[in-house]
Amino acid sequence: MIIRKLSGLRYSDVTPKETYLNRRRFLATGAAALGALAIPPHAGAEGKLSLVKSPFSTTEKQTPLEIIAGYNNFYEFGTAKDEPSKNARNFKTSPWSVSIEGLVAKPKTLDLDAIMKLAPLEERIYRHRCVEGWSIVVPWIGFSLSTLLKQVEPTDKAKFVAFQSYHDTKQMPLATSFRAGIQFPYVEGLRIDEAMHPLALLCVGLYGEILPNQNGAPVRLVLPWKYGFKSIKSIVKIKFVDKMPPTTWNMFIPNEYGFYSNVNPEVDHPRWSQATERRLGEIARRKTLKFNGYEEQVASLYNGMDLRKNY
Amino acid sequence: MKRLLLSRWTKVVVFLLCLVPLADLGWQVYKGTLANPVEYITHTTGDWIIRFLLITLSITPLRMVLNQPQLTRFRRMFGLFAFFYGLLHFTTWFWLDKALDFQEMGKDVLKRPFITAGMTGLALMIPLAITSTAGWVRRLGFNRWQALHRLVYVSATAGVIHYYWLVKSDIRLPLMYAAILAVLLGYRVVARLRKGSPLAPRVEAAR
Repeated sequence: MIIRKLSGLRYSDVTPKETYLNRRRFLATGAAALGALAIPPHAGAEGKLSLVKSPFSTTEKQTPLEIIAGYNNFYEFGTAKDEPSKNARNFKTSPWSVSIEGLVAKPKTLDLDAIMKLAPLEERIYRHRCVEGWSIVVPWIGFSLSTLLKQVEPTDKAKFVAFQSYHDTKQMPLATSFRAGIQFPYVEGLRIDEAMHPLALLCVGLYGEILPNQNGAPVRLVLPWKYGFKSIKSIVKIKFVDKMPPTTWNMFIPNEYGFYSNVNPEVDHPRWSQATERRLGEIARRKTLKFNGYEEQVASLYNGMDLRKNY
Repeated sequence: MKRLLLSRWTKVVVFLLCLVPLADLGWQVYKGTLANPVEYITHTTGDWIIRFLLITLSITPLRMVLNQPQLTRFRRMFGLFAFFYGLLHFTTWFWLDKALDFQEMGKDVLKRPFITAGMTGLALMIPLAITSTAGWVRRLGFNRWQALHRLVYVSATAGVIHYYWLVKSDIRLPLMYAAILAVLLGYRVVARLRKGSPLAPRVEAAR
C-alpha cells in the first residue's frame, strides 16, 4: 500500500528530456564561467560535471540513485513513497524564479539560471535523516545558502528566514490536506544564523545532474543536521522576517514537529524513538548521531539552548 | 453456491489464495528493488492482519444476510491466517527492528502507545489461535468458547488503533479500516437488539 517496488530507473526517466538537456548545458556553462573545469557542451547524455569538492562531504557509502529518486516524501505528489517519482514526471520546472524579499535592502527576483551562476557548484555528500527513522547519503550539488541570501543584504531587523514551496492545484492535484493532512503551500523557516551557516546548502542537483522532479526540482534546501522535512523543496519564495515564521509540520502537529527539529537521539518523537535509524540499503538499524553527525559544525548555534524544549 | 461452499476443493483454493500475499511479498523482496524492505515487509504483513481479521468478522454478517451458514466453514482459516501474518509482522519487528532484544521490545511496548495497542491486538490472538479447533469447542462448551472468541473484536479494534497511531499524517487508510470494522461490529449490535440472540448456534437446517 505505502511502499511498492522501484522500477528500474534511469536518470532520463525522471526528468523530461528537453528540460534536463537545457539545464545541463546551463550547469556546464555556469561551472565553466566560474573557472571550474569546463566540460564540452556536447558531452554525452551521461556526461559528468566537474564540481568543486567540499570539505563538508562525508566518505560514507552513497545511496544508489534509484533509491534517492524512487523513495520520496513530497506530499504534493502523493503520500506514498513511490508516488512522487510517478506523479511528478510532468512537473514544469522551467521557467522558474525565486523571489527574495522582506527585511532586506535589495529585494530581488532571480531566475534559476541566474541563481546557478552565483557561485561555483560544489558536490556536497551529506547524510540525510528523515524524522520517520530512515536515512540516506546523497551527493547533492549546489552552494551555501548564505551566498544567495547575501545578495539581498538583509537588514539588522531580520532575525529569521521564511521559505515557501511551489503549489498549484493543476500540477499538484493531490496536494490537499484531506489526503496529506498537512496544509499547502509547504512552508519552512530558519533562524538567520542557521540560514547563514556554510553547511546549509542551496541545492540544484544530485549525482552530477539537475534535481529529479521528485527530489524538489529545480531548487531546494538541504539542511543535513536537521530532520529531512526542514529541507524544503521546489522553493519559490524566501522572506526575511523578524518573528519565528510558521512551518508546515509544526502547524499540523505542534508537539511532534518543532521549529528547530535538529536530529537528536536523546529527544524522541512523541510517538516513536529517535535513538536509531535505518540506513536504506542496510538491514540492521544504526545509532542516530546528534545533529546527524554534524555536531562539530553546528552545535555552537545552539549553545545554552535546551534542545528538549526547543525540539 | 451451497455445493461450492461444501466442496473440499474450495477450501484448498481459498487456502492457496490466502498465501498469495505472502508469495507476492517474497517476490518483491527477492527482486531486490525495494528501497526499504524491512519497512515494506512490516507494513504489508500488518495490512494483511487487519484485512484477514475484517474478512473473518464479515463471515457472520454475510452468512446471515445471504442465508449461507456454510460460509462458517471458512472462518477459522481466515482467522488463523490473520494470526499467521501477525506472527510474521511481529517477527519482522522483533528481529529486524529490535534485534531480538527483549528489553528493547519491553521498553517499546511500555513507552510507545501505538506499540502497546499492536501488541495487545496480537497477544489476544494467541488464545484464539490455540482454541481454534473443534476439540476446544467441545472442551470449553460452545457458549464459553464463543465468549472467549469475542476477544477478536478487541483484537481488531486494537489493530486499527495501532495503525491510526503510527501514520504520520495520511489517516485515510486507518479510517477506512475503522469504518469497515465499525460496520461489522455495528451489525452485531443491531442484530442482537433486533432479534434477541441470533448469534446462538444454529443447526445447519434448511430454511
